Amino acid sequence: MRCGDFKTNYAADMTIFESGTARFMLGIFLCLLFTLPLYLPGYLLDIVNRIGIAVIGAIGLNILTGFTGQISLGNAAFMAIGAFSCGYLGTKSGLPFYLCIPLAGLITAFFGMFVGIPSLRIKGLYLAMATLAAHFIVEFLVVKWESVTGGVAGLTIPPPKMGGFLIDTDRRLFFLIFIVAVIAVLFAKNLFRTKVGKAFIAIRDQAISAEVMGVNILKYKLLSFGISSFYVGVAGSLIAYQAKIISPETFPVTVAIDYLGMIIIGGLGSILGSIYGAIFITLLPELLRMGTSSLSGSFPELVNNLAAMKELVFGLLVVIFLIFEPNGMAARWHSIKNYWKLYPFSH
Amino acid sequence: MDFTFLLQLIINGLVVGSIYALVATGFVIIYKATSALNLAQGEFLMVGAYICLNLLSKYHLPFWQAILITFFFSAILGMLIERLILRPLIGSHLISVIMVTLGLSSILKALIQLAYGTDTIPFPEVFPSAPVQIGPIPVSQGYLYAIGCVTILVVILTSFFKYSKTGVAMRATASSQQVALSMGISVKKMFAISWAIAAIVSSVGGVLLGTIRGGIDMSLSFMGLKVLPVVILGGLDSILGAIVGGIIIGVLENLSGGFIDPLVGGGAKEVAPYIALILILMFKPYGLFGKKKIERV
Repeated sequence: MRCGDFKTNYAADMTIFESGTARFMLGIFLCLLFTLPLYLPGYLLDIVNRIGIAVIGAIGLNILTGFTGQISLGNAAFMAIGAFSCGYLGTKSGLPFYLCIPLAGLITAFFGMFVGIPSLRIKGLYLAMATLAAHFIVEFLVVKWESVTGGVAGLTIPPPKMGGFLIDTDRRLFFLIFIVAVIAVLFAKNLFRTKVGKAFIAIRDQAISAEVMGVNILKYKLLSFGISSFYVGVAGSLIAYQAKIISPETFPVTVAIDYLGMIIIGGLGSILGSIYGAIFITLLPELLRMGTSSLSGSFPELVNNLAAMKELVFGLLVVIFLIFEPNGMAARWHSIKNYWKLYPFSH
Repeated sequence: MDFTFLLQLIINGLVVGSIYALVATGFVIIYKATSALNLAQGEFLMVGAYICLNLLSKYHLPFWQAILITFFFSAILGMLIERLILRPLIGSHLISVIMVTLGLSSILKALIQLAYGTDTIPFPEVFPSAPVQIGPIPVSQGYLYAIGCVTILVVILTSFFKYSKTGVAMRATASSQQVALSMGISVKKMFAISWAIAAIVSSVGGVLLGTIRGGIDMSLSFMGLKVLPVVILGGLDSILGAIVGGIIIGVLENLSGGFIDPLVGGGAKEVAPYIALILILMFKPYGLFGKKKIERV
């Protein structure tokens, strides 16, 4: 009988699936996921699509903040850059979407690395402020650079087209979003089994020791900013395709805070945690809407205050998680799983 | 160049800047004592303004009573937040502390919105608003009172930190917690007091803004983000820096609003402080008066 979680070699420690069952369950989950459009109604599918995009963005932020330890409040700005560069490339230069999305990611990655340069001189809260300032500057530029971004009016994004096939409905977008999301999750999961990912974690845990161990801090910090912003830029371009109209108001600073909330509640430094957090925070307003509409008979004023309610619950959750479970839902899930795995002989 | 226009802008900048200075002082007090970055400072300001508004227009208290009760509630709010939210996080990672204050700002904003809605509520007139003539330009009396209040408060704070026993104990805590503990200072109490003071000075900022603008709404909370360039310019751990920085940023903001906005069609006023923030971080990251101890990795 198992009485603990023992690994006897490095390969076993690094393996993604601990058992055949886990692999099998994931297979079943993916089958269920990709058949969702067959039976989900349009409205719910729209929420699922937003979850998919949030997963990509949250993993991106977690690579930078959770794994490399660099705080970024500029996530919404990076997302805006991804969305607007995708929109510009798609409408003005007529590139197909399968080139637009990675190119938008690359442009965002380049910008992210640029913002990341000061992270070599400043750290911690100074970096948080610098990225926040970057957010407001980007917002200003997006409003002002009308020839590219359409200014306050924004950009209308035509639906992505592949040959003669238009990806215009939620059902079709679902496959685009979730294929990208699955690739994003796989890449991130494997990234932290490689030298690069280990270097990120070393920088987070103890930058000076990492430097002594031969990790080139300059290179890896910039790389982390780059990879993270690539993810966020891709998420931004998918938002552009999903929302169809993007304007500077699509990416307020609260979006950046929401994403930080996702990785805090889900679990800093955990890919699975980013997924949980993204699902949870995206569902939160919908759950509240359902809850309040069922209560609206007795409390009619609740419906009008949905935005405030969402913010209140979000804030409370962030505070409660930080105080009682700083490692997030992923850690809680892990400990519950371990408890039952070793039941009744856990200690 | 139109001289009176310039002067008008500078005076507006001084007024807004002095309020920035107040809020930044609260921010710096918390940072110095507890090394926590309080991103909910703007919400303290907003809550203070709403409490005072309630006392003035609902209970029709005279202004001096209203402001004293506002101080009392702000202090309680600050101490409660320190005790319930910040204390469990002592010693945890920086991102936790930053994020917890962001969560706190969500909570406070949501509570205010639930209680008062998002509309602008008129703020009763506290200071006479008839303008007085200073040199060539008319200046609202409210502005002069605001600058006066800020000056008085700064003097009180300075003497508090310089002469009172608690103030000295707080400075000791800021310079070394261990030594302070060994001298019999209760560091926990100092943390609580610094949050209370920060909440009080912010609430003064909120009330002053309310009287100057004639109304308050949710946008008051943005003041908390405006304070970041101020504290970076002044130096994160310097109260003098917060005051000087506040006034500089206030004037800078109004000047760029007056001269650059017409060229680019608006928006420069809002973004100028943040451009300044980036430049300061690049060239003088410890600010004008801050301690030079930035770690380079």
